[in-house]
Amino acid sequence: MGFKSYCFKKSLWVFHFGGASCNNCDIEILDCLTPRHDLERFGILLVGSIRHADVLLVNGSINKRDKERLLEVYHQAPKPVLVVAIGACGCTGGIFAEGITFAGPVDKIIPVDAYIPGCPPKPEAIIAGIVKLVNK
Amino acid sequence: MAVDLFYFLVFPGLLFAGITGGFLSWFDRKITARVQFRKGPPLLQPFYDFFKLLLVKETILPKHGSPLIFLIAPIFSVFGATMAGVFILLPLFNITTGFRGDLLVIFYLLTIPSFSYIIGSLASANPLAAVGGSREMKLILSYELTFLLVIAGVIMKCGQQFDLNSIIGTQQAASPFIGSVSGVLLFIVAIFCIQAKLALVPFDMPEAEAEITEGIFIEYSGAPYALIKLTKYIMLFVLPSLLAAILLGGFRFDGINILWSILKVPGIVLLLTLIRNTNPRIRIKQAVRFFMIWMNLIAVIAIVLIAFGY
Repeated sequence: MGFKSYCFKKSLWVFHFGGASCNNCDIEILDCLTPRHDLERFGILLVGSIRHADVLLVNGSINKRDKERLLEVYHQAPKPVLVVAIGACGCTGGIFAEGITFAGPVDKIIPVDAYIPGCPPKPEAIIAGIVKLVNK
Repeated sequence: MAVDLFYFLVFPGLLFAGITGGFLSWFDRKITARVQFRKGPPLLQPFYDFFKLLLVKETILPKHGSPLIFLIAPIFSVFGATMAGVFILLPLFNITTGFRGDLLVIFYLLTIPSFSYIIGSLASANPLAAVGGSREMKLILSYELTFLLVIAGVIMKCGQQFDLNSIIGTQQAASPFIGSVSGVLLFIVAIFCIQAKLALVPFDMPEAEAEITEGIFIEYSGAPYALIKLTKYIMLFVLPSLLAAILLGGFRFDGINILWSILKVPGIVLLLTLIRNTNPRIRIKQAVRFFMIWMNLIAVIAIVLIAFGY
């Protein structure tokens, strides 16, 4: 493993994109950053601007309006960027999969590197998914 | 010439100040984590961040702004911080050069990073960056006069000497300036000025990350953002060193004094971190009022006390 990829996986900065979510996954993502789970010990930080992001966390069902925003955010991110789909809605569509405004799960719109299923996934599951992603 | 380049690039300059500032940045984040009952990042985390941004990430240029100025601004900010660091650290390490009259030059060099941030943010043509740039301008207007009053107080206290060598020499011959009433007042004012210069939390409205999403740095990515991070690391080392030089008596390198010298800068950083972790962000109007009325008042009282010999 080279120096560059080592530095990259030791310092992942996360940008959070919430689609049409029921907010449970958002709460669990924020839970990862609290003192109990503390993702900063792996160098993971939540950043406010997509220009600084290395990981794009997408949760919630993506409807037709969200699709344009998600594509725009993905094209604004500096590459290389990893995409993680969180929750049943992000991975497959969940209970919204047959709705008329549903525009496909995340991997039909942008390439996805890791899926973390669950409704909502536990913070431990999210951390395990991130660790598997960086050791891939 | 070669010696000057060595001063600028290696020993008190870019390499040394960057590495020390990186470790101080880790110290700052670790203390923040311990205050919040977290475990905190590993020791080399600032260097992972820097090299990831420098080597791995793509640089995106703004479409509607001015790409050239957008790219030049971080280089100027690193240059200003490093030059200020050289002029502060050379007297601190007892290296004498031919240059005299340092303190006012240091004062102007220390404003270069802030001005480059403003220029870079306005060149990016992002509305949130423009908001951040305007807040940074107001912040500079409010703290610069106070900082100048602190420097004026120090110059009066050591008998109208402008260069850092004789200021440190005066303190080491007698006692550090903080040992008097006026010195304590100047120290309080200088701590708040440094807090505002470093844009740490009570005064971080230019880069409020939850409100205007990093503000002045919102469009930076890749290598230019790495240079901005490097500037932040260097400033986190250089400004506490300046405070240690002008009020705490500088560094001494004999016997047990080495330990106290090494502990001075992390002690000041610890104080800044604790202030940062126990305060909310204030509005720009409150910051202007805080510096223009209260801090200026304390600085003027300190100067009057110095004139009467306290």
